[in-house]
Amino acid sequence: MTAQSASRLRSFSDRSPVSRSYRRFLGRASLTLFAVVLLSAYLLPLLYMITTALQQPEQRTTAGAPIYPAAPVTGVYQGETYPIYQVPIDGAIRDLMLVVKGRESSTFVDPADPTGTLIEWTGRWRTLDQAWTFSPDTANFTTAWSQLNFPRLLFNTAAIAVLSTLAAVVSSALVAYGFARFRFPGKNMLFVVLIATIILPFQATLIPTYIIFVKLGWNGTWLPLIVPHLFANAFNVFLLRQYFMSIPRELDEAAMIDGAGPFRILRSVILPGAVPALTAVTLFHFFFSWNDFFVPLLYLSGKPDLQTLPIGIQQYNALYVSEPTLIQAAALMTMIVPVIVFFLAQRSFMRAVVITGVEK
Amino acid sequence: MTRQDMTTQARSQLSVRSGPVRRRRWFQTPSGREAAWGVVFISPWLIGLVLFVAGPLIASFVLSFTDFNLVHPEAVQFVGLDNYARMASDPNVIKSLLVTLRFAIVSIPLTMVASLGFAVLVNSPKLFARNVFRVLFYMPIQIPLVASTLVWIGFLNTKTGWLDMILRFVGLPGPDWINSETWIYPALALIGLWGVGNFMLINLAGLQSVPTELYEAARIDGAGPGTMFRRITIPIMSPILLYNLVICLITTFQYFTQAYVLTNGRGDPNNATLFINLDLFREAFQFNHLGYGAAIAWLLFVIVLGLTLVLFAFARKWVYYGGSET
Repeated sequence: MTAQSASRLRSFSDRSPVSRSYRRFLGRASLTLFAVVLLSAYLLPLLYMITTALQQPEQRTTAGAPIYPAAPVTGVYQGETYPIYQVPIDGAIRDLMLVVKGRESSTFVDPADPTGTLIEWTGRWRTLDQAWTFSPDTANFTTAWSQLNFPRLLFNTAAIAVLSTLAAVVSSALVAYGFARFRFPGKNMLFVVLIATIILPFQATLIPTYIIFVKLGWNGTWLPLIVPHLFANAFNVFLLRQYFMSIPRELDEAAMIDGAGPFRILRSVILPGAVPALTAVTLFHFFFSWNDFFVPLLYLSGKPDLQTLPIGIQQYNALYVSEPTLIQAAALMTMIVPVIVFFLAQRSFMRAVVITGVEK
Repeated sequence: MTRQDMTTQARSQLSVRSGPVRRRRWFQTPSGREAAWGVVFISPWLIGLVLFVAGPLIASFVLSFTDFNLVHPEAVQFVGLDNYARMASDPNVIKSLLVTLRFAIVSIPLTMVASLGFAVLVNSPKLFARNVFRVLFYMPIQIPLVASTLVWIGFLNTKTGWLDMILRFVGLPGPDWINSETWIYPALALIGLWGVGNFMLINLAGLQSVPTELYEAARIDGAGPGTMFRRITIPIMSPILLYNLVICLITTFQYFTQAYVLTNGRGDPNNATLFINLDLFREAFQFNHLGYGAAIAWLLFVIVLGLTLVLFAFARKWVYYGGSET
């Protein structure tokens, strides 16, 4: 570093352009550092989940065990496996195999030199710390996979999500098209009613709907999770209608002159022009269905073979509440699909959140 | 000929193609046909409105005056206002309202402040890799609620959870978040922090819509960043903040999944997580008191509606609608 640039670094109050841009960089860097720290704290529970899911259950009940996934280090002496402890000898800590456990003194062997001399150490071996090595363990995942009947639950969740998303997107697109492109008596009033149903708490209609589904014999089937979505959802309709209205009417009219009917116009003009909005609605509904808890709990909690993942892991947690390693592994397995889908589609997804929130 | 005339002509050609000239009925006129198509397209929603909204809404109102249950549906009797009278003295209903209120007092301010704070941070032009931060601060809301609640239950465990380990490390006593009647509300509010993503994005869009000329004018007048935030950002953002507040309030009164997962639906500790929605679930679907459940649902509905109206009434005082003044 030259003397000149060093003096520039020293005097931040200097008005020269280098120091100003350097100061700006420092400001940006410290703000970004602050954001990194805040984000790390915000997402720390995720690290806890991953760490715990990779631990062996024994590690959590052993005093002095490290926080990261680890296994006790062992060594072999004369064909037998012995644990390794951290032994203070002559002011230094040495990792030694505990061969003979004694009350007031014990015998150790250096694992690097298993044929060498026995080391006698005076003191209580129980006060020593075991030596640990980083060792992620995937057994929790395989255990939770089979105990949860994970492939079954995954299939159920995905199948319900796909079917109900299909129902919701098709019906909402039809309704949004009706509101966006046709004049009919009472349209504005109906649209206000549509918006009002967004803020109607679902409990207000819950009990009669439940009674009807039970009377139809649909309790314990997927139908209550899919059929209501055939009738369009106010939120989706609103989003799609906003988008459909931004497609120029001239395109419809050109198609109409070519002899296209309303369905044909929807299929070949409106839908191709509204792919971003359709993607967003599809994603919204897919996530909604994948994550839904109340409705599957109500209709499927007694049917292990038809359940979705959220219900499955909730019941699993109730059974294995004392085994956090299994629970965290199950939680990780449940979130992996939605999180990956989100990262792949985050751009159009986040844009749609903004459209629905701001243009209400 | 204008484009409008051409289309009308095109439409009428479509409508008369089917036959010789005769007295047209309403659906044979261009506007009649258009209206008919419109109704055809919105019919899925119209049918759903009758079957799944209006019908059940009326039915649940009627049910709330009965003692209906699914085991003996034939023995249903009108009980007048009994269900509502019972609610007024039902310790669980009273408790659940208090629980919801306590949670709302901690959770709503935290959610509003955190979502605005995150939005301001990820909106700052000084931040490197803004988009990465936006995506990552938003991401937790995509985690299934059951899974994220299980993660937080472990994270907040007083013995093996990391939060209390960190607190003890810096010399603070780590509270028993989950099993304490007092600490459970801050704990649930912390869990709720993973649900601020949508509010954050909406706030972000709001921040971006503030005209930069206003900031420039204020800077010339010598205003600091704090003053500009209070006097410009907040007033311009106020309709968006009101929208977020209303949605946040509605979701708080529908709080269910986290409370259910936390205690397997028991409402522990000592009914401190017996949220009104959980009480409704238990009365209606576990104890089979569907009539009484309908009454609780209507209570919930009326409270949410009332609070929303109160918020909108107060909004006149603090919400700034730019459009109405120009």
